[in-house]
Amino acid sequence: MHVTDQLQIADKTFTSRLFTGTGKFASGTLMQKSIEASDSELVTVALKRIELSQDDENILQYFKSLNIDLLPNTSGVKTAKEAVFAAQMAREALQTNWIKLEIHPDPKYLMPDPIETLVAAEQLVKEGFVVLPYVHADPVLCKRLEEVGCQAVMPLGAMIGSNMGLKTLEFLNIIIEQANVPVIIDAGLGLPSHASAAFEIGADAVLINTAIAVAKDPIAMAQSFKLACQAGRTAYLAGQAQVLNTAESSSPLTSFLDA
Amino acid sequence: MLNMLKGFEQIFDKHDWKAVSASIYAKTSKDVERALSTSSRDIEDFKALISPAAEQYLEQMAQQSHALTKKHFGNNIQMYIPLYLSNECQNICTYCGFSLDVKLKRKTLTDAEIHAEAKLIKRLGYDHVLVVTGEANKTVGMPYFLNAIKILKQYFAHISLEVQPLEQEDYFKLKQAGVQAILVYQETYHKEDYKKHHPKGRKSNFAYRLDTPDRIGRSGMHKIGLGVLIGLEDWRVDSFFTALHMQYLEKKYWKSRYAISFPRLRPCASGIPLKSVISDRQLTQLICAYRLLNPMVELSMSTRESQKFRDNIIKLGITSISAESSTEPGGYSTPKKSLEQFETDDKRNTKSFVQVIKDQGYNVVFKDWDKSLQ
Repeated sequence: MHVTDQLQIADKTFTSRLFTGTGKFASGTLMQKSIEASDSELVTVALKRIELSQDDENILQYFKSLNIDLLPNTSGVKTAKEAVFAAQMAREALQTNWIKLEIHPDPKYLMPDPIETLVAAEQLVKEGFVVLPYVHADPVLCKRLEEVGCQAVMPLGAMIGSNMGLKTLEFLNIIIEQANVPVIIDAGLGLPSHASAAFEIGADAVLINTAIAVAKDPIAMAQSFKLACQAGRTAYLAGQAQVLNTAESSSPLTSFLDA
Repeated sequence: MLNMLKGFEQIFDKHDWKAVSASIYAKTSKDVERALSTSSRDIEDFKALISPAAEQYLEQMAQQSHALTKKHFGNNIQMYIPLYLSNECQNICTYCGFSLDVKLKRKTLTDAEIHAEAKLIKRLGYDHVLVVTGEANKTVGMPYFLNAIKILKQYFAHISLEVQPLEQEDYFKLKQAGVQAILVYQETYHKEDYKKHHPKGRKSNFAYRLDTPDRIGRSGMHKIGLGVLIGLEDWRVDSFFTALHMQYLEKKYWKSRYAISFPRLRPCASGIPLKSVISDRQLTQLICAYRLLNPMVELSMSTRESQKFRDNIIKLGITSISAESSTEPGGYSTPKKSLEQFETDDKRNTKSFVQVIKDQGYNVVFKDWDKSLQ
């Protein structure tokens, strides 16, 4: 890896381009060890999971030994209004103005609501938040979110928790081509090869949760994702080699220049 | 990260002319082959495609340019015609026939004369006019433009404007008035030599001109036209900066369309010696390189070019082309020739040129916009 290859989002700089989640782990200790093995520097946690009381079940205790920043998310909210409120609560609770904005009114597929997300994003940016919205791989929506001041966009690769990989590939290509802010591919990446492919097409970061948390050995899987992210990013920077098209022997289109 | 409030200058300042030049001339056939074999090309690929190393790959570039253009634009060639409203100008530009120091009779069309020109052009079949003036803000400023557009809207569905750089709110007003496209050429991105070529007048402000496409973009204009005067400086380096500018704008003002023109310096009343002569072969290479970099960008060709070149370039990436053009105010209804900006080369009439396009299997499009759209 190039030591200089760092990812800048708002005021923070990341060496690791693998962001992780905190849901679905069998235990807090396993979550802690997995995050450690992933080298992840940004970890998202649902506001609804955070307890401010100091008992043993408090999820925050597991982060203390880790060299990470927490990215609270608004998981569970169904409207812009609820999301703004949740973000304000998260800012109070975790002393960070970073927020992963996710609004999914649909409890089955957890598909993000684009209209509520744009409304909430604009409001939160005005209130001084660094807003990272989780959205469908919709290129126009990503531009609109960029315009209202989001510091990154987080389009999905497939349905959240589905492990299906880059099902939205063609749309992600457009988003990456057009974006002026970092593109973090979130949701749906089930295998290290999916993560590697995300970097090969030019993603700036990925967020992985389920694929690590529900693996038989989450710690080993976290390591594997770490390596895959590095491999994909290095390949992207190295510049892909491709087969040359066969040449035409005659010059039907340019022979007029010889005359 | 890109500061959304700052314009292209923050990117421009990161590129040194000499370093860019060295990097273009250092491209090898391997770089060109890579650029030809990938489907998503970046600015480094563009450098390779405009480099001397790419000259031996011209037929391959042409094949791909032809196919890409057909894929995105179909079998269509758009027609437009320039309409010069005034040759008054307060700038000294060493290469231009309208330059303040050139002894030329100055003329600005009256309402009646604009009507006369419009009627003639309309009769030739055109529905897209490119309005051109010099820079004389007191006599040919915003009030004049808005009045002229009001007249021209009675005749044409699509109005493009190639006039002096204006303020953002002016561009917004022009858009409201019915202008679909603004063309402002940087002339050259060589900052020091720009000053030499533009010693006097408002145009001598390089930074203001460089920022102009940003102001157009912020106004929400439908289409933005870019270009450099080919021949003023090394065309390869100037074209790199044009492409860089286009890519920046396209990302930032993503609702606008973009067009590139290829004004090759032609003999005119100011008579400047050319520094960088581009051959027909190299101009073909440049056109194909733009298409390979950007499948969607409109590429435009004027009557500066010869009959033979124009007939053959239609298939190679060009999407809009003019014919039967006059470069002087009043040139369609009362041609004098002594008032012109430069002398055109291909003087065929519209009807015969349209036939040439049709014979190559293309549909000739005169109307591709409607007054009801904005």
